[in-house]
Amino acid sequence: MSIREQFIIPKRYKTFSIALMVIGLLTIVGLYVTHGSKSDAHEQSRFWGSLLHNSVYFLLITNAVMFFICATTLAWGGWQMSFRRVSEAISTCVPVIGAICGAILLLICFNDSHVLYHWTDSKVVEGDDILTWKKGFLNKTFFVGWTLFTIVAWSLLGWKMRKMSRELDNNPLPSKEAGKKYIWKNTVWAAIYIVVFALTVMSSIPWLWLMSIDAHWYSTMYSWYTFASSFVAGMSLLALFIIYLKNNGYLEYTNEEHLHDVGKFMFAFSIFWTYLWFSQFMLIWYSNQPEETTYFKPRAQGVWSGVFWLMFIINFIAPILLLMKRGAKRNYTTVTFMALLIIFGHWLDFFQMVHPNSSPNHVPMLLWDFGIALGFVGLIMFITARALSRSSLLAKNHPFIKESLIHHT
Amino acid sequence: MAVKKFITGNFYEEAVLFPAVKKTRRAGYKIHDIFTPFPIHGLDKAMGLRDTSLHTAGFIYAISGTATAVGFITWALTVDWQINFGGKPFFALPAWIPITFELTVLFAAVGMVLTFCYLCQLAPFVKKDHFNLRSTDDTFVMVLECTDKTNEADAMSFLQSLGASEVQVQYKETGWWLGRYDKDTKRFERKAEVAAQ
Repeated sequence: MSIREQFIIPKRYKTFSIALMVIGLLTIVGLYVTHGSKSDAHEQSRFWGSLLHNSVYFLLITNAVMFFICATTLAWGGWQMSFRRVSEAISTCVPVIGAICGAILLLICFNDSHVLYHWTDSKVVEGDDILTWKKGFLNKTFFVGWTLFTIVAWSLLGWKMRKMSRELDNNPLPSKEAGKKYIWKNTVWAAIYIVVFALTVMSSIPWLWLMSIDAHWYSTMYSWYTFASSFVAGMSLLALFIIYLKNNGYLEYTNEEHLHDVGKFMFAFSIFWTYLWFSQFMLIWYSNQPEETTYFKPRAQGVWSGVFWLMFIINFIAPILLLMKRGAKRNYTTVTFMALLIIFGHWLDFFQMVHPNSSPNHVPMLLWDFGIALGFVGLIMFITARALSRSSLLAKNHPFIKESLIHHT
Repeated sequence: MAVKKFITGNFYEEAVLFPAVKKTRRAGYKIHDIFTPFPIHGLDKAMGLRDTSLHTAGFIYAISGTATAVGFITWALTVDWQINFGGKPFFALPAWIPITFELTVLFAAVGMVLTFCYLCQLAPFVKKDHFNLRSTDDTFVMVLECTDKTNEADAMSFLQSLGASEVQVQYKETGWWLGRYDKDTKRFERKAEVAAQ
């Protein structure tokens, strides 16, 4: 084959990603000096909140790409096979960002000032009926155990999925029967991943990591809403990498037909996110009970209302208007623009999930958070490019590859 | 509404049909339509058909559904008959979103179904001529329209050379009419009359 199968990392790309990582590290140090090192709990929660916000967000969106692989594998969807290696490469970020995120979560959990997670303070819990009642779920042992299990399970299952895919590169499947067996094996592992995913991202993990900041408040919709947020941003990230590779002359077999379908995911899951966001909001708004409205009062009515509604405009109004047309989803420029906008919008969404509890009357300066986000972006760029350059860009021996090459939307 | 002269040919394989469509277009023949028992991916593109305008129609219906819902509820609950629901403002937009959504979907769905039927000329008792009944079963039927420049014998041998079988000349009504197939024999009798022209 005369196609360019091997990705070579351009030097500028590498320098750029390292520069971003340095910016991220410097921002973290800066934020630590100005806020994190102070003895005031409010200042400390500013520091830890930013780390939590960014690490959880970027972990969830890279992990959402692995979810995309497993969901399409489970559905026997062959159309994504021509850019399968791109999704795989993005999902290699999960172990690294997972380790960073896990460390941050543990540091917050065992923080002496009990910032963000007030339920970690046994004295507070004793005098609080609601937190005492929630002790079975919100306690340090379960938090640590489940967090570690989650990150390890995502990493291992993702590694297994990638390994099965790479195995075929040098040993083509000998027969149709072997192909059927291979697909079945993939299906089983993808199913295991989906079960783990359902028990973590789609239910317990957002409750534990993010919702427990507002420990008195609860919403069963919260996890689905977080999942929708991370999935739509994950698909946008995937679209960005596909477009980057296309623009540099790789991925010959991926064309606007594939991009159209990725764009459909971005469009559809933006609507899905809005549906969940609104379902959560409307029920609380309608019943108007004090213990439930505590979550939305500082966000929708206080100083946070700007961020709150800006995020709604970016995440709902913009995609529904700009991505609705067929032509928009097939246009590289529009999709790039929308992908960047959506990633930023959902990042903003996570920002207003984390911070209002510790800072209800003041919106912290976004620049710090943005600097840390750039660090994570650099990290994702660096790891993804490394993973891309290590194996062929085309999973050419996969039984479904032809379906992807002739894909037509 | 006119009876026209057509040349039809049957194809059995997509792999034969696609190159045939390409060559027929290049040769300059006018493809009236291709009838297939199921949708074939990419055939519309191969035939050079434009995108359907059904989406645009759907969008307009949806927007009118949204406007109807928001407009009516706003008028009813803020102007005509104000009711205090649990201390909520009269203009309680979040509470109306579900109904607005339903009406948007309803207008879009019903409107698009009706538009689709209109575009395809489908309605009770509306009848159209068939070229080959097997196009509803197992063959792909390509229909070329004969213009005054078409050389019939050339076109027929051309279709045969592309791999078509049962190539024949047919006179068919292009429009629709109201009637019933079991009682309406008039259409099929007119063949000779047109052929004589």
